[in-house]
Amino acid sequence: MEGTMFARGLKRKCWDGDEDVEGAPAAPSYSLQRQSLLDMSLVKLQLCHTLVEPNLCRSVLIANTVRQIQEEMTQDGAWQLPAPPVAGRGPLDHLVSTEILCRAAWEQQGQRPAPDLPSELPGALGAPAPGSAQSCIWEADSSRGHRGSFPKSLDQIFETLESRAPSPVEGLFADAGGPYYDLDAVLTGMVGGKSGPGGGDGLQALAPAGAPPPSASCKRDLGELDHVVEILVET
Amino acid sequence: MGEDTDTRKINHSFLRDHSYVTEADIISTVEFNHTGELLATGDKGGRVVIFQREPESKSAPRSQGEYDVYSTFQSHEPEFDYLKSLEIEEKINKIKWLPQQNAAHSLLSTNDKTIKLWKITERDKRPEGYNLKDEEGKLKDLSTVTSLQVPVLKPMDLMVEVSPRRVFANGHTYHINSISVNSDCETYMSADDLRINLWHLAITDRSFNIVDIKPANMEDLTEVITASEFHPHHCNLFVYSSSKGSLRLCDMRAAALCDKHSKLFEEPEDPSNRSFFSEIISSVSDVKFSHSGRYMLTRDYLTVKVWDLNMEARPIETYQVHEYLRSKLCSLYENDCIFDKFECAWNGSDSVIMTGAYNNFFRMFDRNTKRDVTLEASRESSKPRAVLKPRRVCVGGKRRRDDISVDSLDFTKKILHTAWHPAENIIAIAATNNLYIFQDKVNSEMH
Repeated sequence: MEGTMFARGLKRKCWDGDEDVEGAPAAPSYSLQRQSLLDMSLVKLQLCHTLVEPNLCRSVLIANTVRQIQEEMTQDGAWQLPAPPVAGRGPLDHLVSTEILCRAAWEQQGQRPAPDLPSELPGALGAPAPGSAQSCIWEADSSRGHRGSFPKSLDQIFETLESRAPSPVEGLFADAGGPYYDLDAVLTGMVGGKSGPGGGDGLQALAPAGAPPPSASCKRDLGELDHVVEILVET
Repeated sequence: MGEDTDTRKINHSFLRDHSYVTEADIISTVEFNHTGELLATGDKGGRVVIFQREPESKSAPRSQGEYDVYSTFQSHEPEFDYLKSLEIEEKINKIKWLPQQNAAHSLLSTNDKTIKLWKITERDKRPEGYNLKDEEGKLKDLSTVTSLQVPVLKPMDLMVEVSPRRVFANGHTYHINSISVNSDCETYMSADDLRINLWHLAITDRSFNIVDIKPANMEDLTEVITASEFHPHHCNLFVYSSSKGSLRLCDMRAAALCDKHSKLFEEPEDPSNRSFFSEIISSVSDVKFSHSGRYMLTRDYLTVKVWDLNMEARPIETYQVHEYLRSKLCSLYENDCIFDKFECAWNGSDSVIMTGAYNNFFRMFDRNTKRDVTLEASRESSKPRAVLKPRRVCVGGKRRRDDISVDSLDFTKKILHTAWHPAENIIAIAATNNLYIFQDKVNSEMH
């Protein structure tokens, strides 16, 4: 199953000096791939390419994929579900879970801010005017609204990309321009319609995911923002 | 299917001098009319181009039956939805011809939100010899009129006039993916991601909602409508496909709102092939009834399947379009190619099915002989009247000389839209901004 799940190019070599790898080289590779797939999917859900409404079918399929990964991670014990929604705050430096992202997105549609999410997440749940179409991956989006609603952690992700994408976060969503397409290129390995020599690079360009982790840990704690940043920034 | 083919690449005239692809010229739909005499294409810039088949003449046997441009018009313009701050693309998603009922031709064209009915008429005569007006239409000096004449109709150069007769607007919140004309020739349906509406061709200010799968809570949304079509003979039956790979056959006589299907066609998942991408690749991108009305053809990411309306449990035939992509699904997910929506088509006798693939390849499967062929639509490999050479994608192992390896495939060259002449072996292939029309001269009879 692992052989067919991901492109061969994504299989990672064993990491040297990592005691968790020994004896089970396939397992960390699989969860890393799964993690990178999750991260890729989250970014796909959030990136809005143009002023046109995002494709609903594509968004639904990606969200379902995210849900499947989450479910499997939950079964594996690799996923720590956030505390059940309560008033008060959750850990802020945790990567915002998909559930929260999706909930945040859906609840954007002109409703009251969700009381169960940390109030310090700016923008995402700032009270939108009732009836106004705020960013929601299902409902019609305006790119402006989308920008304003980004959960803090994703904003942090994009800010750290500034060395690679010098424009501010908003620049990433400009409809034309280097930084945005750089991000796209990084993630997809393809720039515009044509990839490099031969047109075959699309397949050969690897996802930036799967960089060897910091030597300390092979465990993928979903709360580690650094890890996500690393994945997105890998050259 | 060795054939002597006559290939004709038809370029929009304004592209002739350019080697780059203007995005507006990307063809987004292709459709023959019911006789095959006319072929309509829609593009991303909202234009419709209609081609007409030249009548075969003995004097020029080599040019018989080729398609020339008949009419070009702007069907849809870009719009801006001020409430949502969103652009509405002018791209033509689908064109469907109405059955011809008089001298005029009619077609429906749609973008994401609005369907339009266009009437195409020919004018090849004009009245001459008015008493009160002169040739340019200016009033004559009455003192110069000495006798009365009866105006007569004189032939003139053919003029094709296109006019919008109906605009069916504001029926859809989500993006329209299909339209289908009913066999009753009075109604048609339009489907978006979550709803299907039934319209009367003469009434534009209201439509009936016949399918609604929008959940009460959008957070619960996990499935969308991807395509739909009316049955070719039974005006009460239609089918719609979903992003989870299921088909639902609905009977409009059963209830006003056809949320409950009459039949559900679904193939159980193959556990040995299960991956995180299983659902995505099972999403049906196109569904077409056979001409006989007995079968349905569906296209998902890797296969085309033939379903018997009498058997809901599984398709009766499955054909692999590009199984070699199965191990590349993660990359294809990364670059979004996995979401490409390929169409499929039957030939007139329902014996051969066709669909597009990458690298400007398209595939044909003969249901009787079980043979299949891969052909390429490209300027380099086809000259007029050349025989198309079968192509092969090699996946490792023994490689023949002209084989293409999987890693060399160009995923930006995708053939999403194809059409088959209703009666003859003529196919229309849209390759980005180019239209290819291939004819099978040797085997012109269907078998």
